[in-house]
Amino acid sequence: MSQLSVPHLLGIKHLLPSDIDLIFETADHFKEVINRPIKKVPSLRDITIANLFFENSTRTKLSFELAEKRLSADVINFSASQSSVKKGETLIDTANNILSMKVDLIVMRHPNVGACDFLSKHVDAKIVNAGDGTHEHPTQALLDSYSIREKLGEVGGKKIVIVGDILHSRVALSNIYALKLQGAEVKVCGPKTLIPKYIEHLGVSVEPNLRKALEWCDVANMLRVQNERMDINYFPSTREYAQLFGINKELLNSLNKEIVIMHPGPINRGVEITSDVADADQSIILEQVENGVAIRMAVIYLLAQQIKRN
Amino acid sequence: MFGLSMSQKKLLSSKEIHLILHRLACQLIENHENFENTVLVGIQPRGSRLAQRLVKILTEDYKIKSIKHGLLDITFFRDDFRRRTNPLEANTTTIDFIVEEKNVVFIDDVLFSGRSIRAALTAIQSFGRPKAIELLVLIDRRFSRDLPIQPDYLGRQVDVINEETVTVHWKENEGEDAVYITNN
Repeated sequence: MSQLSVPHLLGIKHLLPSDIDLIFETADHFKEVINRPIKKVPSLRDITIANLFFENSTRTKLSFELAEKRLSADVINFSASQSSVKKGETLIDTANNILSMKVDLIVMRHPNVGACDFLSKHVDAKIVNAGDGTHEHPTQALLDSYSIREKLGEVGGKKIVIVGDILHSRVALSNIYALKLQGAEVKVCGPKTLIPKYIEHLGVSVEPNLRKALEWCDVANMLRVQNERMDINYFPSTREYAQLFGINKELLNSLNKEIVIMHPGPINRGVEITSDVADADQSIILEQVENGVAIRMAVIYLLAQQIKRN
Repeated sequence: MFGLSMSQKKLLSSKEIHLILHRLACQLIENHENFENTVLVGIQPRGSRLAQRLVKILTEDYKIKSIKHGLLDITFFRDDFRRRTNPLEANTTTIDFIVEEKNVVFIDDVLFSGRSIRAALTAIQSFGRPKAIELLVLIDRRFSRDLPIQPDYLGRQVDVINEETVTVHWKENEGEDAVYITNN
């Protein structure tokens, strides 16, 4: 296998296990590249990429932009707050206008679920989903699994617990798909109001007690409470949430084994994770960020490989 | 013989390859003495075995100590990305030294169009600015060059037509040391 089975990266749901292997193997090469004195390769010098961000982002946007530049692609950036979207332009019109400037690949983040699927059916460019509402965030899940593989050797057979706001989290859904695809065991943990109904249908189990969840797992992926997506109060207070579902050094030290701590960022220190845990040796939060660039280079490289010019 | 389909001819035997490798090693010693400021770089994937063989001969038979050698993958620097029917597959690069102000010797098995070496010339710049770069190849396919690139050290020069392929077999990979010309 040296080609992806999909024409776009819309979600982990559409991938095969062999796609994930290929992305990881390619990312290994790019990780070596980004640790060279000169961190750039000329592969994509005739490819133009548009980053369309209809929703705020720091890390993902920077990570994609850096990955694109390391591959020598030409990059244009667009954020909704400064654009004609505010003037009433539709998504297809915006995208087609950008495409007439000869763009080959679009990286898009959008607040609406399915926006990337929709775009992929209507415009002639490769689409990479950088997060669509509460649906999927495939590159984050890939870099999370890649970081677990780097730290523990493999993902298959490992026990991973995802803690926090599962209901609003695209990171959680993409992670569940990716981890199950690679043969890991997954549990979710959080306030009952923030666990979606029927989540068991994805092949995961629910553990309402954080201590029990941590004692079971090899890796804990701590998610942020997405206050910006909450229309009602899902739990009584932030303080209570931190006490019941926040991880602190005391809790970590009282476990009878050492577990790996992950967080997709941005961190709310003192809520889902305390500072001493976030900065501890067993936390791989910054490795996740570094791996994010290598994973995004791999995804873009593999998709760009499918673009044919005549 | 050219009328047949898929005919194969042995160009070099194991004994001839043995002699050629020793000659190339001696030529390298002539120009680089103790290899203090020289690094040998095998071009992935096919040049890596040749590079390892030469390093082995230089250290074991000619007692040259601590030769720096690495492997360079040129996949991301090629000029035929998206222009081929088969996708390119990358190999590992292992260069754990800086080539700044070093004499670099590229090592590859067959020199054909020269495009791989063109890519390698660009790729090596990621590791610094070498003092000089030389090229060592086992087989030089004369008259098939697309670019103005010639070897400095040469095992054997051959004249073959474009429909023919030259393949180098190594004991470690294919079970014997030999070079074949195949007419497709």
